[in-house]
Amino acid sequence: MSTLLLAEQILNGLQFGVMLFLMAAGLTLVFGVMGLINLAHGSLYMVGAFAAAAVAGWSGSFLLALVAALSAAAAAGALVEVLVIRRLYARDHLDQVLATFALILIFSEGTRWLFGSFPLFLDIPDALSGPISLPGGIQYPLYRLALIGIGLAVALGLFLLISRTRLGIQIRAGENDREMIAALGVDISRLYTVVFALGAALAGLAGALVGAIQSVQVGMGEPVLILAFVVIVIGGIGSIKGALIGALLVGMTDTLGGVLLPEFFKLFMETSAATSSGSALASMLIYILMALVLFWRPQGLFGGAQ
Amino acid sequence: MSRESLINAGLIGGLLAVPLAALFLDAPFTITLATKVAILALAGVGLNIALGLGGLVSLGHAVFFGIGGYAMGILASHAQSFSPLMEWPLLIEGTKSMPVIWLLAVVASAFVALAIGAISLRTSGVYFIMITLAFGQMFYYFAISWPAYGGEDGLSIYVRNGFPGLNTLAPIQFFAICFVILLAALWFNARLAKSPFGLALNAARQSAVRVETVGLSPFRLRLLAFVISGAITGLAGALFADLNRFVSPTMFSWQLSGEIMVFIILGGVGRLCGPLAGAALFITLEHFLGGLSEFWLIYLGALLLIVVLFARGGIIGLLAGRKVAHG
Repeated sequence: MSTLLLAEQILNGLQFGVMLFLMAAGLTLVFGVMGLINLAHGSLYMVGAFAAAAVAGWSGSFLLALVAALSAAAAAGALVEVLVIRRLYARDHLDQVLATFALILIFSEGTRWLFGSFPLFLDIPDALSGPISLPGGIQYPLYRLALIGIGLAVALGLFLLISRTRLGIQIRAGENDREMIAALGVDISRLYTVVFALGAALAGLAGALVGAIQSVQVGMGEPVLILAFVVIVIGGIGSIKGALIGALLVGMTDTLGGVLLPEFFKLFMETSAATSSGSALASMLIYILMALVLFWRPQGLFGGAQ
Repeated sequence: MSRESLINAGLIGGLLAVPLAALFLDAPFTITLATKVAILALAGVGLNIALGLGGLVSLGHAVFFGIGGYAMGILASHAQSFSPLMEWPLLIEGTKSMPVIWLLAVVASAFVALAIGAISLRTSGVYFIMITLAFGQMFYYFAISWPAYGGEDGLSIYVRNGFPGLNTLAPIQFFAICFVILLAALWFNARLAKSPFGLALNAARQSAVRVETVGLSPFRLRLLAFVISGAITGLAGALFADLNRFVSPTMFSWQLSGEIMVFIILGGVGRLCGPLAGAALFITLEHFLGGLSEFWLIYLGALLLIVVLFARGGIIGLLAGRKVAHG
C-alpha cells in the first residue's frame, strides 16, 4: 500500500466523519436539550436529499438545491415537532422509539409515493467537479474536499452558536434545568421547536451534500442514522464536542479499517480468504470500537455521569 | 376468569380456528399466514420478557432472530450438500432434523445474548436502546460481508427440515408444531412472571435501587432475562427460516427489530398475549392493506402513531381495560 493511497483514504475518512458529525450534532442536541431519542432523524436526512435532487433537477443550481434541502428539512422538522414530537417529551423512551419508528414508515413510504422507488441523482456542481492536486502529489476530488471544509465550518459555527449567542445560552440552560429557564421567561416550547428544526436542517444539509456522491433513494437515512447513534454513544450523549470527536473516530475507523484490514490479513493468509475475512471484520470494526469505549467508559468519552 | 384471560383464550382459539377452517376450505395460503403469525408472536413473546417484564427496550432483537435463522440455514445447507460442517478435531455433519436445529438456535442465541447483554446492560435508558440497535447492525453487516453462507443473497434450503413422526411439508402439520411451541412459550412466560425471578425482575424494572437494597443484583436479573428473551426469539428465527426455507441478512435488519417491538406495542406492553394480538393484527393488515395499496406502511405508521399517542394499552388494553398495572 502506497502512502499516497493511504493519504487519500485518510481524507475519505475525514470526509465521512464530518458528514456523520452533521447528523450526530442534531441528534445529540435534541437528546441533550429535550431528552428525546429520535429515530426519524434519518428521515430528515432523506428529506434534505430529495428536496435537493428535486430542486437541482428543476433549476439546475446546486446552491438553490442546498437552500431547498436546508429549508425543507427544517420545515419538516418543525412540523413534526409541533404535531407529534412535542407530545413525546414527557413519555418514556419506549414510546419515543415507537412513535419515531412510525414517523420513519410514514416519511419513507410518503417519499416513495411522491418520487417513486427509483433512485434520483444529484450532480456535483461544475465548479467543484474534478480532482485537485494537493501538496505531496495527492490527486483528490475537489467536491469531497469541499465537503470536509463545509463540515468543519458548520462545526465551528455550531460551537460559536452554542457558546456565544443568546440562543446558545438558552440551549445550554435548557440542558441543565428546563423548569428554571421556563420560570425565567424563556418560551420553552418555542425553544424546543427551534432546536429540533436546527437539528433537522443539519441532517438535511448532510443528506443533500452526501446525495451528490451517492444515489438519493428511500431508506438512505437509516444506515447513517445508526452510525450517528454509534457516534453519539461513543462521544457521550448531549455533547457536541463528543459528537465531533466520535464522528471523526468512526469515520476514520470505518474507512481505514475497510482498506487496511484485508491488507493486514494478506500478510498471513491467502488473498481471497484475506479479502473476505478482512472486509467482514472491517464491517464490524466500529461496533467493536463502540463496545470497547463502553466497556471502559459507559457514559461515552465526553458524557457526564448518567 | 378475568376479562384479559377471556381475551387471551379467544386469541389462542382464533389462531387455532383460522387454519383449521382454512384446511377445511382448502386454503393453504391462509394456513401459512397463521403459521407466520404464530412464529412472529413467538419472537414477540421472547422480546416481551425483556421489554415487558424487565423494562429493557432492546432495539436489536433481530440479532437473535437472525442467529436462529442462520442456525437452521447453516446446518441444513451442509446437510443438503452432504459436506460436513467441521472435520477436525471432531466430525460435525449438517442436519435436517428440526429438534437438533432448534437446540443449536436456542443455545447460540443464548450465548450471543449473554455477550451482548453483558456489554449493553452496563448502560441503561437511551444508551441501551442505541447499543442494542448498533449490535444488530453489526450482525447485519457481518452477514452481508461473510461470503461462506450466501452473503447478501442468503441461503435457500430446498426441502423443509423434518420432525420425527410428522410430515412438515404439510402446512397444517408445520403450523401445529409452531402453535404448540408458541403455547409452550406463553405458558413459560406466564410461569416466569409469577416466579420469584420474575417478581424480582419486575421489581428491578420499577426501582433498581430498592432491589439492590434487599440484596439482589439488578444487573444479573436483567442479564438472565435478556438471555432467556434472546433464546426464545432465536427459536422463532429458526422456525421462520423453516417456514420460508430461506435465510438472508434481512433477518438481522433493524426494521425487523422494530417490527417485533411493534407487535408488542400494538398488542399491549407487558400483556401475556400482547405479542400474539399484535402479530395477528400486523399480518392481517399487511395482507389486506398490502393488497389495497402498495404504500400500506403509511397506514401502519399512522396506526402505530395513534396507538402510541392515544391508546397506550394497545389492543388488549383497549379491550380489557387498564387494570393490569404497568408503567
